[in-house]
Amino acid sequence: MNCEAAQTLADAYIDGELDPAGRLEIERHLEECALCSEGYREHRALKRAVGAGELRFKAPAELQQRIRFALRREAQTETGPRTVPRRWFTAAASLAIAALALLFLLPWSRGKSDDLVAREVLAGHIRSLMADHLADVPSSDQHTVKPWFDGKLDFSPPVKDLAAEGFPLVGGRLDYIDNRPAAALVYQRRKHFINVFIWPSASGAESGTQTSERNGYELFHWTRDGMTYWAVSDLEQSELRKFVDWLQK
Amino acid sequence: MLGEKDKLERFEQTILPHMDAAYNIARWLTRNERDAEDMVQESYLRAFKFFEAFTGVNGRAWLLTIVRNTCYTWLQQNRSRELMTEFDEEIHSDETDAWNPAARLIKETDSRMVRQALEALPAEYREVVVLRDLEDLSYKEIAEIAAVPLGTVMSRLARARGRLKRLLCERFKGEDVR
Repeated sequence: MNCEAAQTLADAYIDGELDPAGRLEIERHLEECALCSEGYREHRALKRAVGAGELRFKAPAELQQRIRFALRREAQTETGPRTVPRRWFTAAASLAIAALALLFLLPWSRGKSDDLVAREVLAGHIRSLMADHLADVPSSDQHTVKPWFDGKLDFSPPVKDLAAEGFPLVGGRLDYIDNRPAAALVYQRRKHFINVFIWPSASGAESGTQTSERNGYELFHWTRDGMTYWAVSDLEQSELRKFVDWLQK
Repeated sequence: MLGEKDKLERFEQTILPHMDAAYNIARWLTRNERDAEDMVQESYLRAFKFFEAFTGVNGRAWLLTIVRNTCYTWLQQNRSRELMTEFDEEIHSDETDAWNPAARLIKETDSRMVRQALEALPAEYREVVVLRDLEDLSYKEIAEIAAVPLGTVMSRLARARGRLKRLLCERFKGEDVR
């Protein structure tokens, strides 16, 4: 073997990618050639310096969580590639903190302000998407969903089928809002989900539809026939309004 | 829905554990944390979408191929000037000084200098060193990930290390003068 061949094969040699015959030939050459021998030593030293330099970056824990969460969401909605924006995660985290704060600061206050209820409603919506727990009774049939609530709630929530209007029912779920059990109905619009939370209103007073926006989510709420309704989704406001109109008909 | 759940479970077992490797290569290619995180997340969602195409043999190499492609697309869109779009093996092949012994210098370099030198390499050189020396991948795996022939992996590695050596020498001399 000549010097040129030895130099060409230096990387393969130090990386252990040569077959035994090739290795032997090189070793024979290195015994005879001081220059190549020095070059190989140096090459090895460089490889060691790179390997020992603690140059490998590790994925931050926050990223791991974010990706796990995004994947679960992806699996749930069976959508194409759609990244969950960073702020989404931050929003969820701050909501979780807000929910905790509520738990400790306001243990038994009844009839919270709309603002606090809105927070809980939104937290409920996000949890339902995050924790792989969209529906306890997954069904698009209102006659399956409605009876399911019997015996689980002290009221019977109205369940409407809006499939013909482009908002198919996905199912129902029990949730807990404003310190009391609530019915959560889940509807779908393309790849977006709508949670409708229903529970008997504390005051019994009727109220018109009010809208608000929070962290990129649209919220609608109204009171009718003694029931409080909250609809929440990441749909455009105009689309959610259409849905609410159908629901109120 | 059940199928999706099974798919997620299999994905979490076979692909998710390689997140450090994915982040490492993305971090070295984008050279900043934020973009690396976005690249990894995008890659994972893409990997999940195309999980059916995974043969089940080498999850790490499969994932890294996606990460690399995602990063290069991003580099082309955002860092095209940094990325040697006209990357030409010939232009970079005249580094004959690579072989001049300077072992003394390398022994005395610290990891900060190695890091800086590696960061200064063109992406195509940087990635082969990262994949080989930080991720311990075989030439064959690197060839698959980078979609180049095995011979190109070897020549890129040789040139990358040659250049690394030269950069370290320059830097070392620079510090020596001070």
